[in-house]
Amino acid sequence: MSPATGATARRAKDSGPKVSRMPNGRMPGGRTKARRPAWQEEPRALTTAGKVLATVLITVAVVAPFWVVLATSLSSSRQVTADGGYSLWPREFSLHAFHQILTGSTAGRALVMSLLLVVVGTAVSLAATVLLAYALARPGVIGGGWVLKMTLIAFLFPPGIIPAYLVVDNLGLIDSYPSLVLPVVVDVFNLVVLRGFFQGLPGELFEAARLDGAGEFTVLWRIVLPLSKSVIAVVGFFYGVTYWNDFFRALFYLNDPGRWPLSTLLRLLVTQGVTADANGTTASALQDTSRTTLMATIVLAVVPVLVVYPFVQRFFTKGVLTGAVKS
Amino acid sequence: MSLVGQRPGSTPAERPGAAPEAPTAPTRHTVSRWQRVRRDRVLLLMMVPGVLYFVIFQYGALAMNVIAFQHYIPFLGMSNSPWAGISNFRTLFGDPGFWQAVWHTVSLALFQLVFFIPVPLAVALLLHSVLNGPVRKFVQSVVFLPHFVSWVVAIALIQQMVGPTGVLTNLLSGGGDHVVNLFTDPSLFQPMMVAELIWKDCGWATVIFTAALFQVDEQLYESAAMDGAGPWRRLWHVTLPGVRPVVVLVLIMRLGSVFSVGFDQVLLQRDSFGQRVSEVIDTYVYYHATVNGDWSVAAAAGLFKGVVALVLVVAANKVAHRLGEQGVYR
Repeated sequence: MSPATGATARRAKDSGPKVSRMPNGRMPGGRTKARRPAWQEEPRALTTAGKVLATVLITVAVVAPFWVVLATSLSSSRQVTADGGYSLWPREFSLHAFHQILTGSTAGRALVMSLLLVVVGTAVSLAATVLLAYALARPGVIGGGWVLKMTLIAFLFPPGIIPAYLVVDNLGLIDSYPSLVLPVVVDVFNLVVLRGFFQGLPGELFEAARLDGAGEFTVLWRIVLPLSKSVIAVVGFFYGVTYWNDFFRALFYLNDPGRWPLSTLLRLLVTQGVTADANGTTASALQDTSRTTLMATIVLAVVPVLVVYPFVQRFFTKGVLTGAVKS
Repeated sequence: MSLVGQRPGSTPAERPGAAPEAPTAPTRHTVSRWQRVRRDRVLLLMMVPGVLYFVIFQYGALAMNVIAFQHYIPFLGMSNSPWAGISNFRTLFGDPGFWQAVWHTVSLALFQLVFFIPVPLAVALLLHSVLNGPVRKFVQSVVFLPHFVSWVVAIALIQQMVGPTGVLTNLLSGGGDHVVNLFTDPSLFQPMMVAELIWKDCGWATVIFTAALFQVDEQLYESAAMDGAGPWRRLWHVTLPGVRPVVVLVLIMRLGSVFSVGFDQVLLQRDSFGQRVSEVIDTYVYYHATVNGDWSVAAAAGLFKGVVALVLVVAANKVAHRLGEQGVYR
């Protein structure tokens, strides 16, 4: 992530119209590039075959692990044992693992905890970031330049984990849920993306609203936000994913594992698996029942992202350059 | 130092950030400044939550670095802990374990930089040459996906494929007993880290590179082809120069995170590969504080890391500007 996006955003914006004027409708993954340009050679059959093969291989390399985990989680533990610790197709279909997790107290509570964290965290982060980005996007706002510099310096010189811990500790937030949200409320990258987008909105809109006597909050709420749905969706998704995936903060700030979110719990399960493997007690150490349970937990940790991803994904392709420069 | 994305229309005179001019006309400026505060009061109010966050959790945390110069004892708190001067740094720099962590961090980062960039670039070139839009879009969405799962999940998924009881392991070894455990062999630590990174974040860079490829002017290809340049020469003389700024951008950004690179990733696998090969600065800091209880030395290590990372990014950015690239900020 980076304040680069000021640059990237502007560059993307500048070249925006030019791009859409290009003959082949070229946004990445955008409309169909209908025909081969006249100057390009016809590819040889071998080349085409190679490309098809490579494309298929790449896709399989990404999809296969997801598939194996899903299939294993849906198989009976008897089948998983027979197949050697995994399953490629749930021949003996069973929801036992999911049932076990969702009725079990720890993982079930962790799941609820994670969902709450995502909802509250994303709302708080979006609110703070949108307000700050909007104020910083208005030309000539007093102090804007200083605030912007402050964020850039914070980005270039992030505090380490120990100082961050001490701040949380001094505020008395250790072992409290706000410790999972407050230390990461505003992400500089998301801030710069939003600010860049707001700056791209036509200035006449603001003037007209001002003449109608609308205050800043009204302008933001009634005019700017409705025009910014796509970028809000993308930034909200980034925040949501960060909260959903973060396992470290809970590990660091919450001493009671009973209050951990799903990702932190999953980390415990996964590293236990790894350590069991490391001790040379491979498959037997992990009972195959717990193997299916582990897989089901992973599925639960991935599904929300998978469900939301397709909806947000089309917005990425609109402003990929601004949106994707996220490390 | 200012962000590149400044509003083109705002001249320095209108821009409030350019406050250093204040001494020239103190009285008039103070008046107008108050007027501006009044005018912008709603906007200033909007900034409050965000600014508070930065002041407390970023700058407040930076201030906490003073414990690197103390013998910090959590029980006593910062105000009562004795001062230590630079003795923590002496301890730190005298610890071979720390230098080992620094070396692991640097070598891992370089390794990842060198191997990480070419793969997504190749995938982007491949996708760029795919004429069928929906297919290209689909593949792009699929490869981007792992970027959004956590490292915990990513490692679990990869293990399920190539771990000791993984699918590929089983297929390749034909069910035999003699399998190499890729996740515990210390000599494989770095290659595994890189492979995992490629699986997880290749799609991220691919999306950026593909976007950059589509920005290359079509006419350049056309005239190159007219001049008799074949596909390879067009790749070399048109495509690669065209995407160079973006490659540089991604490089600098990765360089910036060089020193934090893979904290999650390493933290998750440190125990299985063994601390001897896998300790990086971040895990050194974490374990020094949480396990050894040595907060001050840990903070000193963290501070050292922060300063070096800052110098690296600023230097890389300078070099990029020298080479006529845009870089990350200006």
